[in-house]
Amino acid sequence: MHFELSEEQRMLRQTVSNFVRKDSPVERFRKLRDGELGYDRGVWRKMAELGWLALPFAESIGGLGFPFVDVGLLLEQFGTTLVAEPYLASVVLAGKAIELAGTPEQAERWLAPMIAGETTLALAYQEAESGHAPERCDCVATRTADGFRLHGQKRWVLNGHAADWLVVSARLGGEIALFVVDPAASGVSRRSVQMIDFRRAAMLDLDNVVVAADQHLPAEDAAAVLEHVYDYGAAAAIAEGVGLMDAVLRMTVEYLKTREQFGQKIGAFQVLQHRAVEMFVECELTRSASIRALIRADDDPLLRRTAVSAAKAQLARGARWVTQQAIQLHGGIGITDEADVGLYLKRAVVLNTLFGDEDYHLVRFASLPTFAAERPDQPV
Amino acid sequence: MTMDLSFSAEHLAFRREVREWIPGALPPHLAQKAKTGQGFSMDEVMEWHKILHRRGWVAPHWPTQYGGPGFDATRRFILSEELELAGAPTLSPFGLSMVGPLLMQFGNEAQKARFLPTILTGEEVWCQGYSEPNAGSDLASLMVRAEDDGAGNFIVNGQKTWTTYAQYADWIFCLVRTRIGEKKQQGISFLLIDMKTPGVSVRPNLTIGGTHAFCDTFFENAVVPQENVVGPLHGGWTVAKALLGHERTLIAAVGTSRRALAGVKALCRSVHTPSGALLDDPLMRAKIARLDVRLQALQMANYRALAGAELGRAPGPESSILKLVGSEILQQCFELAMEAIGHNGLSWFNEGVVPDEQQGIPSSFCYLRATTIYGGSNEIQKNIIAKWILGLPA
Ligand SMILES: Cc1cc2nc3c(=O)[nH]c(=O)nc-3n(C[C@H](O)[C@H](O)[C@H](O)COP(=O)(O)OP(=O)(O)OC[C@H]3O[C@@H](n4cnc5c(N)ncnc54)[C@H](O)[C@@H]3O)c2cc1C
Ligand SMILES: Cc1cc2nc3c(=O)[nH]c(=O)nc-3n(C[C@H](O)[C@H](O)[C@H](O)COP(=O)(O)OP(=O)(O)OC[C@H]3O[C@@H](n4cnc5c(N)ncnc54)[C@H](O)[C@@H]3O)c2cc1C
Repeated sequence: MHFELSEEQRMLRQTVSNFVRKDSPVERFRKLRDGELGYDRGVWRKMAELGWLALPFAESIGGLGFPFVDVGLLLEQFGTTLVAEPYLASVVLAGKAIELAGTPEQAERWLAPMIAGETTLALAYQEAESGHAPERCDCVATRTADGFRLHGQKRWVLNGHAADWLVVSARLGGEIALFVVDPAASGVSRRSVQMIDFRRAAMLDLDNVVVAADQHLPAEDAAAVLEHVYDYGAAAAIAEGVGLMDAVLRMTVEYLKTREQFGQKIGAFQVLQHRAVEMFVECELTRSASIRALIRADDDPLLRRTAVSAAKAQLARGARWVTQQAIQLHGGIGITDEADVGLYLKRAVVLNTLFGDEDYHLVRFASLPTFAAERPDQPV
Repeated sequence: MTMDLSFSAEHLAFRREVREWIPGALPPHLAQKAKTGQGFSMDEVMEWHKILHRRGWVAPHWPTQYGGPGFDATRRFILSEELELAGAPTLSPFGLSMVGPLLMQFGNEAQKARFLPTILTGEEVWCQGYSEPNAGSDLASLMVRAEDDGAGNFIVNGQKTWTTYAQYADWIFCLVRTRIGEKKQQGISFLLIDMKTPGVSVRPNLTIGGTHAFCDTFFENAVVPQENVVGPLHGGWTVAKALLGHERTLIAAVGTSRRALAGVKALCRSVHTPSGALLDDPLMRAKIARLDVRLQALQMANYRALAGAELGRAPGPESSILKLVGSEILQQCFELAMEAIGHNGLSWFNEGVVPDEQQGIPSSFCYLRATTIYGGSNEIQKNIIAKWILGLPA
């Protein structure tokens, strides 16, 4: 049992925390939110210079080889001020998919420029009919003489509107396979859509897109890679959510200490105090669940699935409660676009929906052998 | 050192040692009760106390100089978790976890020598006389008076209430008013009273669980030597507050909840519905999963608190939620158990009418409503967190 941050981790957290406070307060997000891109390529390059884009990748392919916990530390800080850059989409989803399913040459070709901040990536797994299960995939890949042809549609591709390369899941002879697709290739069309939290995603149509043989990521079990990456995405969303919840609790408590009605600070009303404590409880429980999920994200699949699904379900309940009550405790001002709490509510909706919602993870959690075990003494 | 969710090899070995020891040590009649979830009598609790004492594990949190095993925080945690998981009788906390540690902190040498050894052996049973009819959450309003008789004694008059196990106790530790102070927290003393003292009487009170767990305790001109005051005379509030600190960290009961939830799953496996085992009913399964997810988050919070304690850290924010959330989860486990047994939950102490392993559930369900009341009610916990952690105005 050891949950202390190492010296290195403390430094990382400090640097990221300085960045979000000084260089990326919520106002920056507000300025970016209605632009076509939705984020800042200059800041992306700066993140590369700081080494952040290299965190979770093996040193052999130009990464820093840090554990996923470190990605969590970074995303938790990002969550506190709604940092707009597509870290989750590009580094965690597409990046890890290429690392886990690709060859060293493929990593050199697609990961290295992303780690250098020159490109961004996206992972296209979601489809209109796939619900929360990435293995439900109707997009089809067929072999051609010198490669493949992809046909189908993808939905809600995070950063898909801007990514330089798209990692796409498709069925090849019935099995899930992963391909790296050039969005400029003929037959690819993407429509940029703004999501409820003002970040952008793409609706992607693939009309018999020609893909070269070396654009196929040759993992032995691409379905397992996709599932693992989906869990990385969930763990990342959990970490970001913890930061978001903390920020919302802080700003709400601050508001309770300043707003006066009935001749006193409204924070003196016990009903509001207890509500704030209930928010605090959710923050602490979600943080606890999150630490376990981040540690287990790199671990054996059963422990990983248990920890990630438990934490994602807790996040859904916790983030929903905290953001909704934050609006309530702000009164009328909480309903305005001008108040930040509403932005956090919307980000929470997105984090709760992506990578499996509460019901999906409860069902998955309850289908694992750990759930039905006879003895209550499983490893955590 | 990277973050790590596993126990050290040494601690794992200790866990194995405890786990292997319990089945042989728990006498068959206690093991049978553990299996069926029926409550233990006080005699049975003390029987188990003595068995643990012989093994050296009855007071894992006591330092070696007082006869404890000198365990680190993790060993203490593992031991209590394993005992909870096994469903072994919960020891009475009043001697071991309350007055014992207080005597170590505030008692004089004579008091320590007189009382600590028999707490350890279980030869003397203790109870806690804090609450009164008009002093519950607002404990400092207490009214039981102790007047100086000028001959080295106090004359004690008044009533304590909700005194758990008073009917079995040899001694009671009380908060009594020895002086009328300016503030109600002043003039309180911490006094040890022999239950055999003339003028002390006990009336057991039936609980909603159908058992006589607590009592009214009356004092009528009971003569108590002044040397039985622990800590400063009139300064008992400080002593009392230290105890409330000890008490709160005790009640997360993650092991008890885990056992209860595993019990719910086992029940649901054995209960059959037209479409199969109840555990496979999607609605029931979802309810269990929801609670399990929350319990596992609480368990992680507990582990975080533990890891912090190992490093000698003051309890962090995660510790403050342990009692608050743990008490609710334990109640919810028994709510689900009641739901799982359906009509059998209507049975009230009818042997042979419902299966043995379901006998204890209705009574526990009712009695455990107390977990959010005693040891500082959950509303009081929330007041404390609002003030001391969130810094909200009074
Ligand atoms: C969409 C919308 C439309 C509206 N339209 C109109 C309109 O057309 N005309 C108009 O005049 N007004 C309108 N209002 C204003 C509305 O009536 C106020 O928002 C409402 O009275 C709350 O006041 P407040 O926003 O100042 O919050 P506050 O009074 O500051 O309350 C903040 C928080 O403190 C709580 N609180 C306050 N006092 C206590 C207390 N004593 N005990 C416990 N909790 C307390 C509140 O419940 C809330 O959670 C509108 C509001 C909204 C959101
Ligand atoms: C099973 C059981 C065993 C017990 N064993 C012992 C024992 O061995 N020795 C002993 O001394 N005591 C014992 N107690 C007493 C216990 O400590 C008290 O019940 C507890 O402190 C609450 O006091 P009360 O019952 O007088 O309720 P009250 O204080 O009257 O509370 C009634 C309700 O009001 C709420 N409330 C009170 N004050 C506030 C506030 N400031 N803000 C918000 N809400 C508030 C409470 O949360 C509760 O919901 C036991 C109680 C139970 C249930």
